[in-house]
Amino acid sequence: MKTSRRNFIKTTGYVAVGLSVIPGMAWSMSGDCEAFPENLNRDNSISDWVQLLEDGRVKIFTGKMELGQGIRIAIAQVAAEELNMEVDLIEVHLAETGVTPNEGYTAGSNSIARSAMSVRKAAAAAAGILLERTSEKFNIPREDLYLKNGKVFSAKIEQTFSFSEILEGKQIEEVIPSTVTAKSKEEHSIVGTPVLRKDIGDMVRGNSVYVQDMRFPGMLYARVLRPLAYDAHLTNFNKVRAEALDEVVKVVRKNNFVGVISREEYQAEKALEILAEDCTWEIKKKLPAGKDLKEYLPTLTSQHETVAEQGNVNFGRDSLKATYFKPYIMHGSTGPSCAVALYNDDMLHVWTHSQGVYPLREALSNLTGLPESKIRVTGVPGSGCYGHNGADDVAAEAALLAMEHPDVHLKLQWTREEEHAWEPYGSAMIMELRGELDASGMITKWGYELWSDTHSTRPGGDKKNLLPTIYYEGTEKVKLSGFLGGGYRNSEPYYRFPNLKVEANFFEGPLRVSALRSLGAYANIFAIESFMDELAEKAGKDPVEFRLAHLDDPRARDVLVKVQEMTSGITISENQGIGYAFSRYKNSAAYFAVAAMVELEEGKIKIRKMWGAIDSGEIINPDGLKNQTEGGMIQSASWTMMEEVKFNEEHVSSVDWSSYPIFNFRDIPEVEVEVIDRPNEEPLGAGEAAQGPAAAAIVNAVYRATGKRVRDLPVNKYFS
Amino acid sequence: MKEKINLKVNGKEHSVEVDPSTPLLYVLRNNLELNGPKYGCGLQQCGSCMVLLNGEATPSCRIPVSAMKDMEIVTLEGLQKETGELHSVQEAFYEEQAAQCGFCLNGMVISTVALLEKNSNPDRGEILEGLERVLCRCGTHSRIIKAVETAGAKISR
Repeated sequence: MKTSRRNFIKTTGYVAVGLSVIPGMAWSMSGDCEAFPENLNRDNSISDWVQLLEDGRVKIFTGKMELGQGIRIAIAQVAAEELNMEVDLIEVHLAETGVTPNEGYTAGSNSIARSAMSVRKAAAAAAGILLERTSEKFNIPREDLYLKNGKVFSAKIEQTFSFSEILEGKQIEEVIPSTVTAKSKEEHSIVGTPVLRKDIGDMVRGNSVYVQDMRFPGMLYARVLRPLAYDAHLTNFNKVRAEALDEVVKVVRKNNFVGVISREEYQAEKALEILAEDCTWEIKKKLPAGKDLKEYLPTLTSQHETVAEQGNVNFGRDSLKATYFKPYIMHGSTGPSCAVALYNDDMLHVWTHSQGVYPLREALSNLTGLPESKIRVTGVPGSGCYGHNGADDVAAEAALLAMEHPDVHLKLQWTREEEHAWEPYGSAMIMELRGELDASGMITKWGYELWSDTHSTRPGGDKKNLLPTIYYEGTEKVKLSGFLGGGYRNSEPYYRFPNLKVEANFFEGPLRVSALRSLGAYANIFAIESFMDELAEKAGKDPVEFRLAHLDDPRARDVLVKVQEMTSGITISENQGIGYAFSRYKNSAAYFAVAAMVELEEGKIKIRKMWGAIDSGEIINPDGLKNQTEGGMIQSASWTMMEEVKFNEEHVSSVDWSSYPIFNFRDIPEVEVEVIDRPNEEPLGAGEAAQGPAAAAIVNAVYRATGKRVRDLPVNKYFS
Repeated sequence: MKEKINLKVNGKEHSVEVDPSTPLLYVLRNNLELNGPKYGCGLQQCGSCMVLLNGEATPSCRIPVSAMKDMEIVTLEGLQKETGELHSVQEAFYEEQAAQCGFCLNGMVISTVALLEKNSNPDRGEILEGLERVLCRCGTHSRIIKAVETAGAKISR
């Protein structure tokens, strides 16, 4: 099977518009996109992004994945706008190796700013070339022509031209002009409107949407036996009873990696239970259970970095100091990770809900020894992931088992316990803050020091970041390569402080960690915005006015003032409190301010209502933006109030929804979000903007309602 | 040991040959190839696998298929009419765009159908109670509540 894109185009019979380099369209995976060097093969032609089908429909290719954030509809809207057609005539093909552009990971709130903007340029260029071609070929002045719903129309004569008439199945070889003129904001009729997500229509009907829904003739079901601990070796292996079970096809063992393949899913599960009884593990290294992580983790520090330094931070006696703690938090996808794999004719095909199909292919090549040309990775949506969950791991395990049992599709479904106990968590963090006020009650000195593990161990081409590798190869646990910058994301305050120092310390903690929505920004903003309230109190000032007095950026001020207005008419009773917080995500993406109203009710904290105001520049789909923001506020409220990954000496003990509870409907506050539209500004990443501020607003409200300043999360530790 | 088991799903009689202790969920998904009910925890903790059993919203992940004799099983797929017309609850969830990743949607829709069957005009407290067995990690709750209200209004009309 050949997988080159050119072959794909031929076999699918599109009329492809092929153009070369689009300047200024390079995407990168540096910095905020987490960790990995820019090693992407460039996808430069328009046909890499936009293909015009003979029947007048259009297919868009994105290297991004639909994670529930609504990127598919946003991209379709942008393309429909430039090509002047109904959104329904556009189909968006999600990330797939050899088929779509390589856009690295769907991460860091970059998909609108990068992928959708690439599609905008490609679609705009395609639209221009279509008109030009029609003009030349049919000898009609270009200004008399216009494009609509997949056809070119002439304004003067009653004639239409289809894509196939114009392009005759050939590729257009023109080089795209160095600047592409997209529609002006005033011309927009699709972008900026709340177009409905069609995939939600599929979901309500029970159509096949997810990897979990994929079925192939003769497909077998697989399960993997988990070790007793991260560092454990199989000392006794006995597969006799398990393999004798009805419907079980095979038990595969390679070093410390054990998998079951079965014709029925339930029997695969049963076989696994038997294997767990019949196998013995030796735990090589115990976890530091029972330690106070706030004290313990900084003792593991191995690297230090000064993030920012300005002026003089020699603190006087009157300075304020406080230390904050954020525990390990899990992604907690509702649907545990799943993958389908087939090894056939020397080709490995994996269907996955990974956030990065190309980096996964590279890592799979590294793991299996197959060349990348022999591996095809197809992105299919899964349950919401909110970062790096078990998606890549389960894909790697399915691939390994498929190679042990070729020629038939294998579906590997992780259990709830596997997802809870083996996913890579968001690192625990400690933040130590110090601040000093001048005579007028303004902050004059600011000190910030944080301790964190890495915030991304995505595979990025490296097999050692895939969970099964050390078990499969029988090697010892190794230090993972990761992205340290995530730890100090948003550690620099967005406020104007004349003297400041921000320092970061890195440790390798006991639990497996990686990217969780907003990375270190959640903890850093929680700490900064809590401390802003502590300093405001010391200065005797209103917390919102105190923030405004330190903010220069008018857009930052606008979201805060908006939330102030939204809550202005609210009266609260004695056991209630309202707290506020603000941040600009990554100090370069969306602006977000939030208020939370909490109530102390029979010794417990109940969040009654949350108000948010977001400015993410140009908005492609306002309903999608609201949905993401509301969701971020509620998810962050759940993290902040009740979540903490726990472990014993052997392994993680948060293994299900009762040992790691999250918000259910009874905990949900009312949520109100206002969107500040800035159609003439660049679109800014918004999907992670709410995480940090929501936490701080809640904690600030708790202080107002109860007088208790919560510096160690989760809040419920103190109220239950 | 496999046994032949008859069960009635979405108005149709089916016969499957499986281990009788197989959870209903696996039979629905793997043998009958239905996508609505989802595997979320296998512990009756998250509600992703909800189906209507004689009209009651019930998790299908632990209940053995052998217990399904004489039971009327309805899945998400069984809610829409044969003409393809959506159930009011499905319609409301689509119109309100009450999903992000959508993995919990099955449990939400099934629970809403059962709730509105008893009370087509539930207040906020009754909605929270009716849906509390279903977990959503994306935080889509506020618009799910709105979808339940919209669906209730459609049914009452």
